[in-house]
Amino acid sequence: MTAAVNAVHTPYTVPIGFMDALQITILVLVAAGATAVVLIRRPVHQVLALSVYGVLLAVLFLAFQAPDVTLSELTVGAVALPIILLLALAKVRKREE
Amino acid sequence: MTPGQRRWVFGLAVAGLAAFYLWGLSGLPGFGDYPGPYGFAILHLAVQQTNATGVVSAVNFDYRGFDTVGEEFILFAAAAGISVVLRRLRGERERSAIDEAADRDVPPTSGAVRMVALLFTGPVVVVGWWLASHAQTNPSGGFQGGVILATAFVLVYLAGEFMVLRRFSPVALTDAVEAVGAGGFAAIGVAAVPMGRAYLYDFLPLGQTPGAVSSSGTIALISFFVGLEVGAAFVLIVGEMLDQTLLIRGRDA
Repeated sequence: MTAAVNAVHTPYTVPIGFMDALQITILVLVAAGATAVVLIRRPVHQVLALSVYGVLLAVLFLAFQAPDVTLSELTVGAVALPIILLLALAKVRKREE
Repeated sequence: MTPGQRRWVFGLAVAGLAAFYLWGLSGLPGFGDYPGPYGFAILHLAVQQTNATGVVSAVNFDYRGFDTVGEEFILFAAAAGISVVLRRLRGERERSAIDEAADRDVPPTSGAVRMVALLFTGPVVVVGWWLASHAQTNPSGGFQGGVILATAFVLVYLAGEFMVLRRFSPVALTDAVEAVGAGGFAAIGVAAVPMGRAYLYDFLPLGQTPGAVSSSGTIALISFFVGLEVGAAFVLIVGEMLDQTLLIRGRDA
């Protein structure tokens, strides 16, 4: 039965059930990442966690076959948003000194 | 309102939200089950109609190009808004970008950071440019490419000084590039109108081979202009925020 399903071999063929396992693993990781971002209290650490969470989300989109969204999430969620937040934090902290 | 009453109101609201949410979930199609005809129609028609193998780009810049114009101007308005809000206010003064605090040593940028930033700047420009110019063939596009191009400027800041960044991206030039990007997209759309076509009609030759860089007509061109707009907008936003962090001081600081 497996042979019938796997009849078409492309460079991208993966074992049966592999994508399901991957998707479930990443969904769990994303849930854990989101929880971590909410629970972390120190702003700078929180921004770094947010950046990691952005990478996790990007991998999630990749596992769900949306490479365009993956690229957008990587650039905005993992890079651009943390840069802007870190700069805002630096400004606020300078004022408090 | 006593804490007890408040808890009751909260509990009612949560119960109501949960009920509506579960009701909504129960009506959704199954996981991976797509009932609509639009996606199938696009999948069958997009490559032959537009010669773009990046079908997502074909949707973004052609079939639903009008939506993307709106999205682009959201970013344009955001960058303009940040420029206005983060300007130097009365009572604030600009100071030198070099930290002059006498009582403490500013830690210099470490050699490792400089090295990594320098090493990455070139490849990042290439990747950004490649993404912005290959929307028609690959999963990529002007938006992603533009943001990555902008991070090259952040790397320049990390590798050098703030003033080096300003020399690489003078505000007037960045503004102009952003305007050309945003205006270019809108103008390509308008250009189809005198030919008796709808706004954003793909009027350029589509090329012979689907998936060639030169194929897909206006899709490739629009992606290029979006890359300019988004890249310049992010350089502008990051530059304004660096200004605020490094240069502008309040009266009391």
